[in-house]
Amino acid sequence: MEINTQHDLLIIGGGAAGLRAAIAAAEINPKAKIALISKVYPTRSHTVSAEGGLAAAMKDYDSLDQHAYDTIKGSDFLADQDAVEYFVKHAKEEIIQMEHWGCPWSREENGTLAVRAFGGMSVKRTVYAADKTGFYMLHTLFERTLKHENIKRYDEWFATKLVTDDNGIAGVVALQLKTGMLQAFSAKAIIICTGGAGRMYHFTTNGGIKTGDGMYLAYEAGAALKDMEFIQFHPTALLRNGILITEAARGEGGYLINKNGDRFLKDYLPQKMELGPRDMISRAIITEIRAGRGLKNQYGNYVLLDLRHLGDKVIKEKLPLVREIAMEFAHIDPSIEPIPVTPAQHYTMGGIDVDMNMETTVSGLYAAGETNCISINGANRLGSNSLTDCLVFGKVAGEKAAHKTAKKSSESVLKSALEDEEKSLAKLLGQKGKESASDIRLTMEKTMDKDAGIYRDEKSLQTGLDSILELQQKSNNVHLKDKSIVFNTELINYLELKSMLTLAEATIRSALARKESRGSHSRSDFPDRDDKHFLKHHTVSKKNGRMELKTSPVTITRWQPEERKY
Amino acid sequence: MSKKVEFKIKRYNPETAESSVADYEVPAKDGMTVLDAVNHIKDTQDSSLAHRWSCRMGICGSCGAIVNGKPVLMCQTFCENTKAPIRVEPMRNFPVIKDLVVDIDSAMEHLREAMPYTDIINRHASLDKEILQTPKQQEKFKQTSQCIKCMLCYSACPVVGHNPKYIGPAAAALADRYLSDNHDQISDERMDSITEKNGIWLCSFIGECSVVCPKKVDPAVALQRLKVMGVLHSAKKIISKRPKKS
Repeated sequence: MEINTQHDLLIIGGGAAGLRAAIAAAEINPKAKIALISKVYPTRSHTVSAEGGLAAAMKDYDSLDQHAYDTIKGSDFLADQDAVEYFVKHAKEEIIQMEHWGCPWSREENGTLAVRAFGGMSVKRTVYAADKTGFYMLHTLFERTLKHENIKRYDEWFATKLVTDDNGIAGVVALQLKTGMLQAFSAKAIIICTGGAGRMYHFTTNGGIKTGDGMYLAYEAGAALKDMEFIQFHPTALLRNGILITEAARGEGGYLINKNGDRFLKDYLPQKMELGPRDMISRAIITEIRAGRGLKNQYGNYVLLDLRHLGDKVIKEKLPLVREIAMEFAHIDPSIEPIPVTPAQHYTMGGIDVDMNMETTVSGLYAAGETNCISINGANRLGSNSLTDCLVFGKVAGEKAAHKTAKKSSESVLKSALEDEEKSLAKLLGQKGKESASDIRLTMEKTMDKDAGIYRDEKSLQTGLDSILELQQKSNNVHLKDKSIVFNTELINYLELKSMLTLAEATIRSALARKESRGSHSRSDFPDRDDKHFLKHHTVSKKNGRMELKTSPVTITRWQPEERKY
Repeated sequence: MSKKVEFKIKRYNPETAESSVADYEVPAKDGMTVLDAVNHIKDTQDSSLAHRWSCRMGICGSCGAIVNGKPVLMCQTFCENTKAPIRVEPMRNFPVIKDLVVDIDSAMEHLREAMPYTDIINRHASLDKEILQTPKQQEKFKQTSQCIKCMLCYSACPVVGHNPKYIGPAAAALADRYLSDNHDQISDERMDSITEKNGIWLCSFIGECSVVCPKKVDPAVALQRLKVMGVLHSAKKIISKRPKKS
């Protein structure tokens, strides 16, 4: 039994936010001993699949206030405006910082940064690297971490439990997949950067690893989860498998058309058309389909994303990944044929509740990236704000956590946590249950798609909650076939499932409590926004083993809520 | 009765150190990838099967394997284009941990030798203003910057097979990527690093790395370019070391 006491700061998760936090911590405190713990090699993190770009007021025609207002309006006035103001102010310097580190942002002929249009943004302000923006960012950040000797990586270690004591965070217990070794790490501070929980849903753009592990760990450690009812559905996922077709396709001028060949958004968002915000466009697509104006094949209902008029050159230069995906996975050349698309789960606006230092209510426990909720996204995130979010707030988390000088906790609390985890894993492997974890997972995913999807109401949410609670019970009675502790993906998938079942419950409970429609949360039984009762955040935390739902105020600085019209 | 696709998957049990080949049948579906099929097997037939995957869109680099003898990403390999029975094996040239999971730590560590970072602009440089870089300048490293670090090239490279200490194709391509970037200013240190005894000279230009690369990075050509640069670099070092005339 070993306690790893080599590190001051632990970062869990190696996507854009985690890597940015690690670099920030290493730069501001070169003596800080930093560990980067990730369940995958950092370059596998889901940041890699982000395509369209990242927003900042870079150009002379733009302003911080305009970016802030667009973001707040996009959030349906649920964003915390102090956080948004900080965010827009520091966005540009992060993009230039990445440029200095070699991130190959797309350029104009004269060498200046190129920007493109994005949904809900009133001017062109989305910086990009072709349509592989997340890929280039992730690799640039990863490569940059290799420069810092005080960042030690623990690749393919799965964190199973956060350990706390009276002073706050004490450390984490994690399992090394390759050897099956369980280790406790002591820490003065921990930053959670494990991304969202999109895999609660079946039809999602998210990679298989997006299982909300960090949100669950933080919840179990006593932190609150905020705004969990707000799930973003991206309007254009490839039919059948949900692979993301970037919003940049519309930013570059692509059309959405129905079965009659009409650009149907003229009936919903005539001013914005294809450049409306994601929540509204996703609802418009569903409405078209329900009205019988969608198309249908063996894989389901869909509409068409038409890029033909952009021409081969624009598609090849600006949207090479869209082209590659369409050709590879749908056998369609987008310069000749439109692409079948349909909305899919894409992003969790909610997450771990943090303050402006990215610290949770558990002292020394921080969170950044999709996994947290500050909130700049409120009820609906604008496309291309999230990559910037990872950089701006990843840096804040890294710098603040690097300066955390709390006394290290005694080893006894870590030792007993480690023993408990060893016992519980051994018990799991020996368990003689009769349920199949993959069946439970599939039922959960389908339940969330059906009952907590784009449109929800009291009845669907209650049905969904009942199913999820039943699945939680069943999940205590599973049988794991693989009895070896070495690279046991069945065990890891099971632990991920347990996380998601808790987060699914939090999502539905928050959604049930919000009896209004705001942003991505569309209650058919309460179709209007209700500021009088619901201009507030929901938080969920663990109290006496159960979920306790509370509310907290929305921070409003300069922009009073108004009707959200485009 | 729907059509079925036969699979032969190589298994390795780390507890007993035994290898075997397991047979499975998966209902054929239009557009099914090898990854879809392996996931289907894990979900419905044998939950103990171990493999890596995530993005299922050919960009995260997790799901490399040998399918019918060829190093590929499983998510980009379609069953309808692959002759059945479809044989799936772990990547070569790496120690097998379990079933299709191999230990690629050695290749990941080689990336350090490429010193894959710019160091030009010290961090006190102004963050107010961008540094210009034209599309033409970017063109020089466009291809080499496509690497997703899936490490299929290490699996295909016979030199890596003989000598795991060899820097290898992906790391070399990464060095070339930063050397070709006008934002770079540590080219001498990087050239020193990659021309050490297990460096680029060991490449025998067989070119398998470029054949298997799912992102068309062409590490083989990058390596030949680096060798030319390496010769010039060595010559420059010799000249600069020559004592000056008094």
